[in-house]
Amino acid sequence: MLTLNCPYCGIAADETELSPGGQAHLKRFGPGSSEDEFEGYLFMRENPRGVHFERWRHSNGCGKWFHAARCTSTLEVFGTYSAQTVEPPAELRKTISEKRPGWSWGEFS
Amino acid sequence: MSEAVTALNGAASDGYVRVEDAGLCGMISLRGDLSDAKVKKACKDVSGQGMPAVRGIAGGLDGGIGWMSPDEALILLPYAEAPAATARMEIALKTVHALVVEVSDARAVFTLRGEAVREVLAKVTPADIATLPVGELRRTRVAQVAGAVWLSDETTAHLICFRSVADYMFELLSRSAMPGSEVR
Repeated sequence: MLTLNCPYCGIAADETELSPGGQAHLKRFGPGSSEDEFEGYLFMRENPRGVHFERWRHSNGCGKWFHAARCTSTLEVFGTYSAQTVEPPAELRKTISEKRPGWSWGEFS
Repeated sequence: MSEAVTALNGAASDGYVRVEDAGLCGMISLRGDLSDAKVKKACKDVSGQGMPAVRGIAGGLDGGIGWMSPDEALILLPYAEAPAATARMEIALKTVHALVVEVSDARAVFTLRGEAVREVLAKVTPADIATLPVGELRRTRVAQVAGAVWLSDETTAHLICFRSVADYMFELLSRSAMPGSEVR
């Protein structure tokens, strides 16, 4: 069972209290972008074995969206952070580097 | 005006914890910056309570404020006072980016009484009710629906859910409190 700490209300929320929101840090390509960019935005997703960044919503709690970093093979949760950001915080990336040296995910490493 | 009734019209069930419809409760939902002085003052004027800290609840059903999320508070007050209080708050918050809505008739409120209130709630929610401090408002999932729970003392719990699921909630809590189903 996955337990994530909601950064807004501070509750250690059980997976059943949350709604999954898919991959984090997507960059939107809308009108004016190329077909390849638009296709990538709509359909192309990371599918890593290891470090992954996701969006979650504390739907049966405070209702806020937030980000989570976790490992898909061990279910280890590295941390959660605010939704008002376009990249994982430096501190969290450092924590992940200590636990999974050499990790990379999308444009982040 | 027509006579207001709750969804369960005063239903109660006596198990090893008593589950009862708490009757008509006035509730106002407020969204805005909870640290704003005008917002705090408007809330205090209608509830008599100060703004609670994160996840806190100040006061009770006849006058209180519950922390619902970083930008949402639930004001509790007597049912008859809610429409006028909502109007007062709207005027007080005219110049502030905030939203005030009366939700008294959109919700159902339950009161649970008994030595084992924590156990009865713990059976139906993933929240850690055993360690829930008195005076903390815990929004969580209660079986299949959303609910907000708090303890006003060790043997009394209050629960707010949507009115549309009031019947489900009553059956669920009554069943959880059924004699013979004690965990210990």
